[in-house]
Amino acid sequence: MTSLSLKELNKLPVRLASGHRLCAGCAESIIAKQILMGTSDEVAVSLSTGCMEVSTTVFPYTSWNVPYIHTAFGNGAATCAGLETAYNALKKKGKIDEEIRFVNFAGDGATYDIGLQALSGAMERGHRMMYVCMNNEAYMNTGIQRSSATTLGASTTTSWAGSVQMGKKEYSKDMTSIMVAHNIPYVAQVSPHNWRDTVTKASKGFEANGPAFINAISPCPRGWRFPSDRTIEIAKLAVETCVWPLFEVVDGKYALTAESARIAAGKAEKKPITDWFAAQGRFKHLMTERAEPIVEAYQAEVDRRWERLIKLTEL
Amino acid sequence: MSHDIAINGDNAVALAWKQIDPDVCAAYPITPQTIIVEKFAEYVANGEVSTEFVCVESEHSALTLCTSSCSAGARTFTATASQGLAYMWEMLPITAAMRTPLIMAVANRAVSGPININNDHGDAMSGRDTGWLQLFSENVQEAYDNSIIAPRIAEHHDVQLPCMVNLDGFILTHAIERMTMIDTNDVKAFVGEYKPLYPLLDTKHPVSHGNMDGPDFYYPHKVQSVLAMDKALEVAEEVFAEFAKLTGREYHLVDQYRCEDADYVAVILGSSYGTMKETVDQLRDEGIKVGCCMPHVYRPWPEEALAKILAGKKAVAVFDKHLSIGAYGPMFPEVVTAATLNGDVPKMYNVIYGLGGADATVAGFKKMMEAVASGDAKRITYLGVKI
Repeated sequence: MTSLSLKELNKLPVRLASGHRLCAGCAESIIAKQILMGTSDEVAVSLSTGCMEVSTTVFPYTSWNVPYIHTAFGNGAATCAGLETAYNALKKKGKIDEEIRFVNFAGDGATYDIGLQALSGAMERGHRMMYVCMNNEAYMNTGIQRSSATTLGASTTTSWAGSVQMGKKEYSKDMTSIMVAHNIPYVAQVSPHNWRDTVTKASKGFEANGPAFINAISPCPRGWRFPSDRTIEIAKLAVETCVWPLFEVVDGKYALTAESARIAAGKAEKKPITDWFAAQGRFKHLMTERAEPIVEAYQAEVDRRWERLIKLTEL
Repeated sequence: MSHDIAINGDNAVALAWKQIDPDVCAAYPITPQTIIVEKFAEYVANGEVSTEFVCVESEHSALTLCTSSCSAGARTFTATASQGLAYMWEMLPITAAMRTPLIMAVANRAVSGPININNDHGDAMSGRDTGWLQLFSENVQEAYDNSIIAPRIAEHHDVQLPCMVNLDGFILTHAIERMTMIDTNDVKAFVGEYKPLYPLLDTKHPVSHGNMDGPDFYYPHKVQSVLAMDKALEVAEEVFAEFAKLTGREYHLVDQYRCEDADYVAVILGSSYGTMKETVDQLRDEGIKVGCCMPHVYRPWPEEALAKILAGKKAVAVFDKHLSIGAYGPMFPEVVTAATLNGDVPKMYNVIYGLGGADATVAGFKKMMEAVASGDAKRITYLGVKI
């Protein structure tokens, strides 16, 4: 396992080079770098179609200093599984000696929606690979359309806040629980503001003897409507409001980590949902009187999910 | 030693792949292909192959997993049919553009709707523009032989394209025929070891596969695939010649039967080529000089080889087991184009037949070719259907 001092992490080879074309303030490259710090073994990366894919591999350039592959949108898990399968075949025949780890990065659209079937299949088959969802809660690459990861009330370009509609009408899908239900060795939620928590979880995911799934909240300045220098602050707020709890599920056993563990223990404040809304333009319409029922319902849902999670950690 | 066995087409394909012993196979069951993966799974279960066998949750994942596995440096094969190929379709041009030379058996079956499980070429034809090599099989022997020939063409470093091995659903997949099996050592020696170019798992030389192309590169990359297809024509002829030396069985870009002195030629694909040969014999007995030919290699389209066969003929009938609704059968315009290479173009007729498993009989073909010879045929005939 990689040593978790910044000094030691700094010595790791740069796997995703700078100079890519992601937006200023995008969390995705931060998340990818933190995840890739989770192992000192060789790593092969696959990407589902999305912001990171189009921003890091515009031919004839590539930002990847490790083996990289992309095929399509809804099949990142199958793409990664193909690498792992070939690796097993070639290793068995003595054509590869070294240890190689496999990771697929995908957005929420590629994970919660179009790629769910391929992901479920790969997890059930037990490929030793890590699947990382960089969840920015909408189809950002095509211009901020709602996905099943988009939260209640968020204004997107297909769920507008208009005169008769207050943004998205539904709560987000609980994707992390769906992955836990696959009974894979390692599932976790992370946030890029807490690099130590993320790198630690990535290490556990890479070391797991089977599939691992990590769901990372990925604030998007463009889609969430906040200044690009506030990405890390917003990510932290997601955890502090319990909109995005930090936890892991190791062989079925739930445990809260970092700030979320401190909030559950009463050692840190659980901030109100209105702090989360106030920080982002996509929720601007919720800061009005007519939106009060939505805000109350949302707070109740966040509380319900949070209390359920705490109960799960007590099992 | 090679010896004769009785086997159906699906099992013959599985047998060829058992003898090749690929690194990876990922597949999903679909009629009439299923016997191939069932049989191959049995080989896996009994330790008769060293292959990593993955039962994926869909055909989309089957072709995806095979594409990245092949990119990684593993010899890979799969099999599908009909809706399975349709579900894979998104990946077909990606697999080809990534220049991954994997092999896929296609147990040709009609595409829904209406849903139909019987044979026609609708599935294969939907993939003809995607950059895949395509071989067609007249009988079980050819389905087996093509499975052994395909990797040699596909994996050639001047080609590097995926290849579909087509065999007619039920007519070949489920019918037991007599076939000569090649000795496994000879198969292994003929196919050789897979030597991938720029394999992804070469971590000392990291490469990026599947990058995004802007207009400056997308079009030139497509043209590179065209050049690879052109090269595949030469490579296929070389491989056919080597295969003939090994087995005595001769294949050509376009297989032909009694065409040399024929006035009328039928162009046809797959198992119906055999039906057409019998038709030719019967018409010859009646004094009508008919011949027939089958593009054994359908992609790349063997235009020059076909043009040579069609030179000086009075009329040509193109039998298509698929239909571009609102136009012609898919092969017809391509045969017409090939014929124009000769200057004088014979009278050209299109015959649509056998869709969704409709009967393709000697009697029907005979009547059709008599109408072609007498000049009574229509430009396009829907054989067996009253309009």
